[in-house]
Amino acid sequence: MTLLTVERIKLFSTRSPWWCMILATALTVGLTSVFAATTKSRDLNDLTPSVTQFAYNFGLVVMMVMATLAVTTEYRFSTIRSTFLAVPRRTPALLAKVTVVGLVAGIVGEITAVGSWAVAKAIKPDAPLAIDTAQEYRNVFGVGLIYLLSAVLAVAVGLIVRQSAGAIVIELVYLLLLENLLPSIPTIGDNIQHWLPFTVGNNFIVAGQPETSDGPAVITGMPFGPWGSLVYFAAVCVGLFVVAGFLAKRRDA
Amino acid sequence: MIEAQGLTKRYGRTVAVNDLSFTVQPGRVTGFLGPNGAGKSTTMRMILGLDSPSAGTVRINGQRYAELRHPLRQVGALLDAKWVHPNRSARSHLRWIAASNRIPPRRVDEVLEIVGLTGVAGKRAGGFSLGMSQRLGIATALLGDPTVLLFDEPVNGLDPEGILWIRQFMQRLAGEGRTVFVSSHLLSEMALTAQDLVVIGRGRLIAQTSTREFIDNASESSVRVRGPEMQRLHGVLTSQGLAVRDLPAGDDGPAALLVTNSTTEQVGELVGRVGLVLHELSAQRGSLEQAFIQLTGGDVEYQSGGLGTPGAVRPPAQGAPAQPGEGPFAAPAGAGQTDPATQGGTTR
Repeated sequence: MTLLTVERIKLFSTRSPWWCMILATALTVGLTSVFAATTKSRDLNDLTPSVTQFAYNFGLVVMMVMATLAVTTEYRFSTIRSTFLAVPRRTPALLAKVTVVGLVAGIVGEITAVGSWAVAKAIKPDAPLAIDTAQEYRNVFGVGLIYLLSAVLAVAVGLIVRQSAGAIVIELVYLLLLENLLPSIPTIGDNIQHWLPFTVGNNFIVAGQPETSDGPAVITGMPFGPWGSLVYFAAVCVGLFVVAGFLAKRRDA
Repeated sequence: MIEAQGLTKRYGRTVAVNDLSFTVQPGRVTGFLGPNGAGKSTTMRMILGLDSPSAGTVRINGQRYAELRHPLRQVGALLDAKWVHPNRSARSHLRWIAASNRIPPRRVDEVLEIVGLTGVAGKRAGGFSLGMSQRLGIATALLGDPTVLLFDEPVNGLDPEGILWIRQFMQRLAGEGRTVFVSSHLLSEMALTAQDLVVIGRGRLIAQTSTREFIDNASESSVRVRGPEMQRLHGVLTSQGLAVRDLPAGDDGPAALLVTNSTTEQVGELVGRVGLVLHELSAQRGSLEQAFIQLTGGDVEYQSGGLGTPGAVRPPAQGAPAQPGEGPFAAPAGAGQTDPATQGGTTR
């Protein structure tokens, strides 16, 4: 509990996490409001809860940057050494950090998701935006869970790479390029795609709904259902964090 | 108390610290002396569990650092004053460190007061001058009111006022019965600060002894004598097996004789016995820096030249001791009498 307080003080006593949180929210909610405002009345029926989340990846990337920086700035300014001097067993300190950073990312994820939905509802009150079915709940409230787990993954990458620019480039290139390019390999591309972590994570949010041109991409034929997809994504993120924690414990600080 | 046993750190094929054993006693300032790159910082990081030793152990108050519960309440360390997030205020920096070891928050303001940073506690630490950063580092070390304190090159880059402040501060901490271990590459600084010394060169232990003993042994001690009958004087001294050099008249005064590796007592008694008149009898000391370079530089040759004959590896011009065992590497015979803390002091 004390260590959670420590990580909370550390995270909120510098300005960049605040900017990341504001930017993540402003980007997603802002883009959704533009989307809703420009939706023509004949397309109104397509403006579903799922479509209001079309921009969640923007906020996700920003929160992953925040999570990465929470670790890499500690290496950059050597405060990680002060951290390990205070908690020489290291593991509790790393667990506290990933918990605080993950929870903050998760909360911001829920705020952006609900905010995006609410702004769409406010701009187009007549659109079919009611949240009733389990699928619609996942469409909106599932976003926060993906934020949380992605932040865990980002902390892990930060711990392994220990350098801001390197870690962030790796995350962005992977998330924005590799996950989109690998599926275009002939023959095996589709099989690879079904196991790419963020694609599977996204499947948790969108699984089972018809593909629309507007909302987050829906890929058919995924190996898992929504909750199976979430477990798979969580396993990848937590697995990488375990590897990172092991490395951080063994390496000289 | 800090006890290191066979501490070794290898980076690939490079050996940064080699089989280092020493103890640091409470109630005194112990200097950790060695040239740049001798392995001082690596050793300190191993003491604090930041680096894991390739071999050997180091214990603080009988426990490994990682075994300490709330380590900051037992051990305070200032390894680098720049270990601060530049955009965090001094108070926030101390606040999170205090929270991590359940140190009450009011202690943060206490240590800020002690180091004189209360006025800038809310300012971002990135804007601090070197002296202020150093004070913040010391505040961090003092946070848990620890009994063991480690400082790595604390006076580096400080102005004279700052140096004096830190020096007196460390002596006061030791005076309160704490263990104070402070590294430096400057013997002259340590001569003023530390009562005991752990000296290393190239990762190996050169000496563990009291500072006074070390300086006495390290610096070349010679005697300058002058009298009306220089020829006879020369004869008397050489007949007793002393090494005598002629000093021509110059800036230091009129022509004289320099007796190396001797004391004023020895020379005075010798000359008195034969009834010679002296106009001058004075002890001469080599500079501390010279002595230090001689000692730590010699360690390199030591590895190839073998142990036990320090005279053999030192050029005679620098005043080689007449017999092996009288050089600076010799065990300080009188250490146990003059200074109980150095009993069993290790020398190589």
